[in-house]
Amino acid sequence: MKKSVILGALTVAACAAGAAGAATLDDVKARGKLNCGTNTGLVGFAAPDANGDWQGFDVAVCRAVAAAVLGDSSAVEFVPTTGKTRFTALASGEIDMLVRNTTWTFSRDVDLKFTFVGVNYYDGQGFMVPKALGVSSAKELDGATVCIQTGTTTELNLADFFRVNNITYEPVPIETNEQAQQQYLAGACDVYTTDASGLAATRATFEDPTAHVVLPEIISKEPLGPLVRHGDDEWADIVRWTLNALIAAEEYGVTSANIDELAAAPTTNPEINRLLGTEGGLGEMLGLPADWAVKAIKAGGNYGELFEKYIGQNTPIGLARGLNAQWTDGGLMYAPPFR
Amino acid sequence: MTSYPDVSRETFRLRMLIFDTRYRSLTIQVVALIAFMLLVAWIVSNTVQNLADLGKPIDFGFLTGAAQYDINQTLIEYTNRDSHLRAAFVGLLNTLLVAALGCTLATVLGVIIGVLRLSRNWLVARLMTVYVELFRNVPVLLWIVFFMAILIETLPPPNAFRGENATASMLLGDSVALTNRGFYIPEPLFSRSLGDISVFGAFDISLDLIAFLAVLAAGLWASARIRARADRIQNQTGLRPTTWYLRLGVVAVPVLIVLVALGFHLGYPELKGFNFRGGIYMRNSLIALWLALSFYTAAFIAEIVRGGILAISKGQTEAAAALGLRPNRIMSLVILPQALRVIIPPLISQYLNLTKNSSLAIAVGYMDITGTLGGITMGQTGRELECVLLMMAFYLAISLVISTAMNWYDARVRLVER
Repeated sequence: MKKSVILGALTVAACAAGAAGAATLDDVKARGKLNCGTNTGLVGFAAPDANGDWQGFDVAVCRAVAAAVLGDSSAVEFVPTTGKTRFTALASGEIDMLVRNTTWTFSRDVDLKFTFVGVNYYDGQGFMVPKALGVSSAKELDGATVCIQTGTTTELNLADFFRVNNITYEPVPIETNEQAQQQYLAGACDVYTTDASGLAATRATFEDPTAHVVLPEIISKEPLGPLVRHGDDEWADIVRWTLNALIAAEEYGVTSANIDELAAAPTTNPEINRLLGTEGGLGEMLGLPADWAVKAIKAGGNYGELFEKYIGQNTPIGLARGLNAQWTDGGLMYAPPFR
Repeated sequence: MTSYPDVSRETFRLRMLIFDTRYRSLTIQVVALIAFMLLVAWIVSNTVQNLADLGKPIDFGFLTGAAQYDINQTLIEYTNRDSHLRAAFVGLLNTLLVAALGCTLATVLGVIIGVLRLSRNWLVARLMTVYVELFRNVPVLLWIVFFMAILIETLPPPNAFRGENATASMLLGDSVALTNRGFYIPEPLFSRSLGDISVFGAFDISLDLIAFLAVLAAGLWASARIRARADRIQNQTGLRPTTWYLRLGVVAVPVLIVLVALGFHLGYPELKGFNFRGGIYMRNSLIALWLALSFYTAAFIAEIVRGGILAISKGQTEAAAALGLRPNRIMSLVILPQALRVIIPPLISQYLNLTKNSSLAIAVGYMDITGTLGGITMGQTGRELECVLLMMAFYLAISLVISTAMNWYDARVRLVER
């Protein structure tokens, strides 16, 4: 009898210990590495380069957070995830944060228990078809075979779009972007649908990108952004404000070229001073060094620099800023005040 | 005088549980069982507690919500407004379809290859050895992906069939189209159809199919009776009456009458719009998965068949030959019936393996239960534990049904011993 009481107490104690998760920030610091979930390979957003180093617009957010927290933008362990595995990887703690062209939706935020910390790319779902097909609108796609990444919001948008327009289609569910590309190029599907940015990135890797067109219809809102688990608000704050620091840096004209100069001594602009830690104690409030934002911005540049470097007009992907311009330029990128 | 120790007077004391060898093993077993159950209880309560702390207590309510996604291959009516439960059911049927097709083809191939591997023809035997070693030594996932890649890259897309100077053409009198999206074959249609009946309001079954199967079964039963009669006459008189035309007649004539009465005709696939329309569409994912699973499992079945045949002593073959039987008849009448007793138990586990391996379907986008319930539903609702538990229950149930059926068959072919 006594023994079973002791065992019972042990069980309860073990449960309590298992349930109380340690703070993610401490875990990351203790590990010396940030585990960041990314795409399995989408050129421009997250893909390994010729040397095997991960490069891209989403990857840059991981690197900025690693630089802010650990002071080293290369202290990142990239974990490639598919549309299907990403949420399990994040919920189980395999990764500390997820930046994988993931759409911020109500049910993911509320029901799946994730915290979306912001938006790093405002996107919408589009369709790509071979030019030879002679299709000029998505509404002409009645009966077409559509390749689609399974486990994504695009899958649900697609079902809604075809139902609302009362036309039929044949879905071909596919796990990764590379498989979709293979099937699409072989003609096993007529159409490839995913976020318009993803289409542009995929098309850029084709032998003859001009033989394919992206149809004018954008059928959904896809705000893509980094996310973390519910329940660790301190960690969510760090990721959120690192992203905001990159966006604010562009707004204030802080670039990787002039940041050393601006961070050396307080400038005349108090916003810049607070951002770069030469004034106030914002870093301390986050539990990070005062120059956290400086390191984050130096990791790859400010938001605008990252955009131009990985997916902008001068890259093969060639995306215009559009909605992703600063609010001062008519876009939606708007960082809350650093105060 | 011999003295016996007085057993009855010995009283039971607690320390005997440990020091008395009669009780010790029992004590150890009881303690181990309690420890094991405590461990299980700890894991379960820990999981439930952690999920509750995460704000995701175990709840199967999500199954009634609208699935919102489309499934390409549906054996029953399904739209994206239907529930997750129905989507899971569609996936379950797809799993059963590929498992049934796979087990059938794997058995046919396996038996042929297993027998041929014992052939005295050097080339044939060696070729079969190469087949077996090649297929069973490469992971089945690679075979699935490989078959899919072959289908996609080598066959023409549907629009290659279009226009005046089309680069591809349909086979067998424009009735079959092999494209890189799958195979389109003619479908049976009935112009005087009996309609469908609804089963529990969940799905419809074609009455035409039921009528056809019922007549076919009746014909086969009659044919078996004729054969039994022929056996009896042969046993009595030593002369076997010629019955093949009678047996063919009782099967074929009623079936043909039913088909004509129902207005049977074939619907041919036609190129319309982006794809072929009409006919039965076997998607490339189904074909790749089916062929890969069958070819892979056939290699194992071939070895089982070979082992079963080799287990029958050579004396049986020689005795049968001495009776004047030809080699084909020796195999089908003497060797295989006895070998079946050795073959069937390991064959069951190959069927189970094939069924479970079909969960690799997602590699080629085949929407089986792992693709619907364990894939999209799980991703959209975030109910990992519930979905995985349900899938485990499904696979367990399917496997138990298969082994029960096969064990029943095994009991039937088993040698009756006295």
